Amino acid sequence: MTSAKPEYKTILELVTPGSSVLDLGCGSGDLLALLESKNKIRGQGIEIDDKAVFECVAKGLNVFHDDIDTGLSEYGDKTFDFVIINQTFQQVKKPGVVLREAIRVGKKVIIGIPNFAYIKARFQMFFGGRTPVTPSLPFEWHDTPNLHFLSILDFIEYCRKQNIHIENARFIGKKRRIRILPNLFAETGIFVILKGQGDWEVNDTITRR
Amino acid sequence: MTKRDRGIGIVETQCYTFAYPPDELELESGGKLGPVTLAYETYGKPNTDKSNAILILHALTGDAHAAGIHEADREPGWWDNMIGPGKAFDTNKYFIICSNVLGGCKGSTGPSSLNPETGRPYGLNFPVITIKDMVNAQRQLIGYLGINKLLSVAGGSMGGMQALQWVVSYPEITASVISVATTANHSPQQIAFNEVGRQAIMADPNWNDGDYYGKDLPAKGLGVARMVGHITYMSDVSMSEKFGRRFKDTKQPFKFSPEFEVEGYLQYRGDNFIKRFDPNSYLYITKAIDYFDLTNGKGLHELLKGTKSRFLIIAFKSDWLYPAYQSQEIARACKLAGVEAIYCELNSTYGHDAFLVEIEEQSHLVKHFLERTARDIR
Repeated sequence: MTSAKPEYKTILELVTPGSSVLDLGCGSGDLLALLESKNKIRGQGIEIDDKAVFECVAKGLNVFHDDIDTGLSEYGDKTFDFVIINQTFQQVKKPGVVLREAIRVGKKVIIGIPNFAYIKARFQMFFGGRTPVTPSLPFEWHDTPNLHFLSILDFIEYCRKQNIHIENARFIGKKRRIRILPNLFAETGIFVILKGQGDWEVNDTITRR
Repeated sequence: MTKRDRGIGIVETQCYTFAYPPDELELESGGKLGPVTLAYETYGKPNTDKSNAILILHALTGDAHAAGIHEADREPGWWDNMIGPGKAFDTNKYFIICSNVLGGCKGSTGPSSLNPETGRPYGLNFPVITIKDMVNAQRQLIGYLGINKLLSVAGGSMGGMQALQWVVSYPEITASVISVATTANHSPQQIAFNEVGRQAIMADPNWNDGDYYGKDLPAKGLGVARMVGHITYMSDVSMSEKFGRRFKDTKQPFKFSPEFEVEGYLQYRGDNFIKRFDPNSYLYITKAIDYFDLTNGKGLHELLKGTKSRFLIIAFKSDWLYPAYQSQEIARACKLAGVEAIYCELNSTYGHDAFLVEIEEQSHLVKHFLERTARDIR
């Protein structure tokens, strides 16, 4: 089991035990299965790849073979306690629409994004002159599923513009949690977000750099 | 040889008769019917608390013989590759029941059965029946077998409609539903194909307003109906692969004898259908399918609200008779109703027939779905 993945550990900490969870782009269901066994959540996944759907079913998960760009509209407002978008946000056709829908159907959204401004990526661009390939962005330019490339700062800025409230943010480096200059040192950012009330505040250490 | 290879072995169709007057089966049309016989088969054994029973429901021309072989003709059941020791519906774990439908001609009461009032076959005096009537009759069979709760109700095509009707009519005793290549309501296109089949039967002079028992049978009409059916069960790709534009190698007795392989295949299937199916049953059952509208115009999700049953919904990409969008509508209703569900669209080129042919992937989904369901009710 991939329980060793630091981002999974973080998400397990962020999801309230016993809650209902919708995982968008749940892949082969490793995270959802972990959440069901450790946090005793009621889980539902949405996944487009048929092989991954089979793996989810083999893990005993409930999953819809569907596209997350369109698969959310049927859900009523606040149907789930948590909607998780882990490492799939950058792959959807219309991230703005998906995020708005996720915030509508979930009381809270947990979103994990690979940081394009990670220091190694910067080095590869600046000194190597090449499109970066990093552990959180492990694809060559010609076979990447990623359609959008964003940094932790980009996401925070986006949330501010869209009046999305960031309740919590965790930043993960190669092995451990990153507390300073996350936009430079974190490979992955994980945010707990919800619909903003207008009382926007950002932690200063996040926005620098 | 492993136990799996051996399959179930010899099985026998059994019958249960109930609804004797004055306690006849009340039909959706308002009429009454009795006594009613249902043919059924069972495989595997009930566990001590009888919590491992699964009801399998067949498609339009299917029967109770879903698995194993009959001693007389050695024919395997229609879902034999899905039901048996170690298979998707594992008879080492589950008690499997397959029930024939009301209106059928394979041992259950239908238009070819004797009308107790006249002592002659019902023919067109048989009342109009619906999918709901079929399910209500099966409910009596399940009670007779001493089953208080079904672990699952499963079927493809018309069998899927019955499975969906089961969960709507009897949600408290249906722990899960497996609906394959089916719909919650029949579309105009589906009704249209059925109507062509019915018209072919009724245009056959031997049909004689349904009164043909003991005389010449409307075999040609039924054959044409079956030919239309077979076309809709396949796909453009599966037909191309199976027949291409190849010619049959026999000499042509006259101009319009079947020349192409596809013609020969359809005629053969059509001509032989009369040996195993009653034309009036074909009329009654296709009509029951056409009437099928689970929701009666309401939102399906409202019917499913509060249901504790889990759903496994399977569709096939090349199925144009029961297109995937119809299964997606069922999945959508589950989403709206907050019902636990799995929806999977399988890649297959076999068209509607895929539910009988695509075994490996269906088995994977069914097997794990049942394991989880069994775990949950414990």
